[in-house]
Amino acid sequence: MSTKNFTLDVVTPTKTIFSGEVQSFTAPGTMGSFQVLHNHAPLLSTIGIGEVKVIDSGGKQKFFATSGGFVEVNNNKVILLAETAESAEEINKQRAEEAKKRAEERLQTKKEVINQERARAALMRAINRLKVSAKN
Amino acid sequence: MPTLRDIRQRIGGVKSTEKITKAMKMVAAAKMRRAQENILQARPYAQKMSAILHHLATKVDVSQYPHFAQREVRSVAIVIITADRGLCGAFNSNVIKAAANHIKTNYSSLYEQGKVSVICVGKKGYEYFSKREYDIFSQHVGIFNSLQFSVAKTAAQELIEGFLTEKFDKVEIIFNEFKSAAQQKVVVEQFLPIVPPTETQKHSSVDYIYEPSSAEIVSALIPRHLNFQIWRMLLDSNAAEQSARMMAMENASSNAKELIRTLQLSYNKARQASITKELLEIVGGAEALKQAS
Repeated sequence: MSTKNFTLDVVTPTKTIFSGEVQSFTAPGTMGSFQVLHNHAPLLSTIGIGEVKVIDSGGKQKFFATSGGFVEVNNNKVILLAETAESAEEINKQRAEEAKKRAEERLQTKKEVINQERARAALMRAINRLKVSAKN
Repeated sequence: MPTLRDIRQRIGGVKSTEKITKAMKMVAAAKMRRAQENILQARPYAQKMSAILHHLATKVDVSQYPHFAQREVRSVAIVIITADRGLCGAFNSNVIKAAANHIKTNYSSLYEQGKVSVICVGKKGYEYFSKREYDIFSQHVGIFNSLQFSVAKTAAQELIEGFLTEKFDKVEIIFNEFKSAAQQKVVVEQFLPIVPPTETQKHSSVDYIYEPSSAEIVSALIPRHLNFQIWRMLLDSNAAEQSARMMAMENASSNAKELIRTLQLSYNKARQASITKELLEIVGGAEALKQAS
């Protein structure tokens, strides 16, 4: 199986979250989720809020929650430039719950449109985090 | 000739200064380690991002994006990133001097027309430029204590807006780049318009599948790229500041040590001289008594 691997780097502004050999990489593209396997054609894509699924060289699954960014696939090298990325183990469930509650409250109060959008985005991020952390 | 007491007091004074500089050095070293980690983590992201943007710039017509527009330069914004605090050697004065020089050599005619806007990040630069004949567009001070990404974002927003509304035709940033713990370098980078890739970079590109279209990716990428460039420079400057401070305090501590050594030497000499003098006086006195009796 080792010949079917490719390298993956998950980079965020604050740190490199993951770097190593993987078998499969699934990302939430803005045009729909997609999977990358060995010898994938060169690809550049934006990704939205969602979960990133990685199967490492040992066949183990790993999940990350991300809130958008870019993916570059070229020559069996995948680079995920994520604005945020947290592995399932890292996610603080309590914080995510609180963020979810806060966002929901804000959506109910209905103030300015900009704040509404921000609250909606925050809510989506919180729900996504909870979803990913449940897979741990 | 200073008295023994004077020397003792000076030694005490220098010793307490040494204690302070030593403590500051330790603090700066700890902060530097953290700042260094931050910048080293951020660099690959920044590099990758500009690589993707440069690649895309060869694939799409960049002239449709106002961020790439090369206009005749009739007004320019200079962003100067300094530290909030002093006691870090020539760190602040280097970047301030370089900035003043840069304006003088490249934009002297614009400067005379008042078309050079200065944006100060960090208190030291603001203190310098606000006291002189510079047109301060805005300032961000007191941000380095706990550096937040939102600062980079607001600064970038402000610059982009100024550029798009043609308030500035060019934006340049002057800051200290973190080379290593012992080395900083003042660099000038053009922020806007975005510098298109050179001819040689154009040929090495691969054909990608774009999802969504390449044009959409570019428009999503540009603001993020610009925000992140500012963020990277802030981190660079912060790491450079801490390392400059560490070196300055290291030098101050070793100078203090040297000073204490020489003071101690003259103290000992003075002490011996006074003992010899006392002995001479006693012997002289005894001699005089003997002769009298």
